[in-house]
Amino acid sequence: MFELLGVSPQALFGQLLLGLINGAFYALLSLGLAVIFGLMNVINFTHGAQYMMGAFASWMLLNYLGVPYWGALVLAPILVALTGVVIERLFISRLYHLDHLYGLLLTFGLALVTEGLFRREYGISGLPYANPLPGGINLGFMFLPWYRAWVVAISLVVCFGTWFMIEKTQLGSYLRAATERPDLVQAFGINVPRMITLTYGFGVGLAALAGVLAAPIYSVNPVMGANLIIVVFAVVVIGGMGSIMGSIVTGFGLGVIEGLTKVFYPEASNTVIFVIMAIVLMVRPQGLFGTPK
Amino acid sequence: MATSKTWDMRVLVALVAVGLVAPLFVYPVFLMKVLTFALFACAFNLLVGYVGLLSFGHAMFFGFAAYVAGHLAKVGTVQLPFGFPGLGWVWVTIPLPPLTPELAILSATLVAALLGLIVGVIAIRRQGIYFAMVTLALAQMVFFLCVQAPFTGGEDGIQAIPRRPLFGALPLSNDFVFYYVVLAIFVAGFLIIYRTIHSPFGQVLKAIRENEARAISLGYAVDRFKLIAFVLSASLAGLAGATKAMVFQLASLTDVTWQMSGEVVLMTLVGGLGTVFGPIVGAGIIITMQNYLAGFGEYVLVIQGVIFVVTVLLFRRGIVGELIAFLGRWQAGKPDGQSELTGAGRARPAE
Repeated sequence: MFELLGVSPQALFGQLLLGLINGAFYALLSLGLAVIFGLMNVINFTHGAQYMMGAFASWMLLNYLGVPYWGALVLAPILVALTGVVIERLFISRLYHLDHLYGLLLTFGLALVTEGLFRREYGISGLPYANPLPGGINLGFMFLPWYRAWVVAISLVVCFGTWFMIEKTQLGSYLRAATERPDLVQAFGINVPRMITLTYGFGVGLAALAGVLAAPIYSVNPVMGANLIIVVFAVVVIGGMGSIMGSIVTGFGLGVIEGLTKVFYPEASNTVIFVIMAIVLMVRPQGLFGTPK
Repeated sequence: MATSKTWDMRVLVALVAVGLVAPLFVYPVFLMKVLTFALFACAFNLLVGYVGLLSFGHAMFFGFAAYVAGHLAKVGTVQLPFGFPGLGWVWVTIPLPPLTPELAILSATLVAALLGLIVGVIAIRRQGIYFAMVTLALAQMVFFLCVQAPFTGGEDGIQAIPRRPLFGALPLSNDFVFYYVVLAIFVAGFLIIYRTIHSPFGQVLKAIRENEARAISLGYAVDRFKLIAFVLSASLAGLAGATKAMVFQLASLTDVTWQMSGEVVLMTLVGGLGTVFGPIVGAGIIITMQNYLAGFGEYVLVIQGVIFVVTVLLFRRGIVGELIAFLGRWQAGKPDGQSELTGAGRARPAE
């Protein structure tokens, strides 16, 4: 087998695949953040906790109710989205008339509560979740586990489905219109508050879906969302929250870059995304796909 | 303006008087913890309350300065890397003896100022929510640097930092002596912040908070004002962190985490964003609470989260802010005393 810059192809493609998977999570999470931010001007700090709740929901469905992975894939995001709807109605909707920073502080508090409760109940050592698609295929240059291929495929489908729904359907056109001028859309007889609630639920559902997908790869852990969400914030700053496609491309792209860094310069793999964020801010402050305000 | 300033001074004198006798009644190490966090929160409040910039990464200055102070006081010798990733590093060694406490704290404060300059230049390119996300992300980067850097001692941190005599004379190993030094540091830091807020410079900061576009059109170099405020805030946060490291003789990863950044936000929010004394009250309440709840483990996190939610939903002005608003309403009945007090208590433009 050939070698590239002293790195074996197995290691290279293995990390690339892992990078793609992390990129899938970045894309799903930053997509949800962008959809929520677009309509509500709220940065949802609870997003990481909701990703964690998605993983826990699938674990609970399996261990308490015997619902297998494929059932949880549909049920868990819906259940977590419902908690999101309740949170939006009870708390976040009271803050729309205030400075956006209060939304950030409120959702940060909610994230602490959620994470604390799960830590209290389940500890921080993590719970195992069996791989629903064991085995894989040898592609000659690398071994491709079925489950990892599935994660990349399904997240691509969901990301592009979301893009299609927002950019190409009538429902999406209402959503985009309400992002620009909620008052005018309301005047046309569309129930904007309900739309906001459902949008929040949808964004939360995307986070929970990422959590379900992550459960068999990483162990189910109350702190799994907290560190991830900070990286996702950096991804969002790099991409700029202006465009849906931008979030998807940036998410996958940065996942791959992070994977490559793990191969060629492992010491920097934790920080590479933050460094890229700093550079992007210096060169193009509005983000790669953002528009200057 | 005169009325509100006189009142501030009266409250400060009363607080210092309480501070002077407090160690007779309360454990001095606990009081030192409150004072260092109060200074940390005041530094944070300078930025969020008077410039309108919510930094979600202030722990990086607090925690990194703690490491620097601890290292300089315990080891001294500094090794700095030069070079580029991939091309290799050259380590330049600056041989130093272990420094005295005053030099260690001073150097750590300067390092925090330098870090504040670098982070500030990057972060002030975005406003509002983005600013919060950028500072949070950069703080996480500093956290990872602290995990990996050789001098921080990884998970162990820097332990057994010596408490040498201050200026070669004051025995800091005595908690009572050290307490009064910390009180002096706090009052000095507080007065710097107070002076800044009430200077012409501070008035421009408030103008930026209220309406940035208007401040620009009036000809102010807004970014420069923001950057100076950011560096000042970072330095004072560093001063607080360095002092804390000397008090507890420990610098650890806890002080650089995003949870620590969240805690200082919570302290300031509970006390009152944009009030002069709010952060002190908030720091006192949160530290006391942590002390009593230490045995409850994970519930501390839950309770802090609940306090966040309740404060944001029910009393956004914080304890001191609500108090000032109440006094303002109460004074409104009187002929002359109405305006300034209510003005100072208003936390944010969008209220």
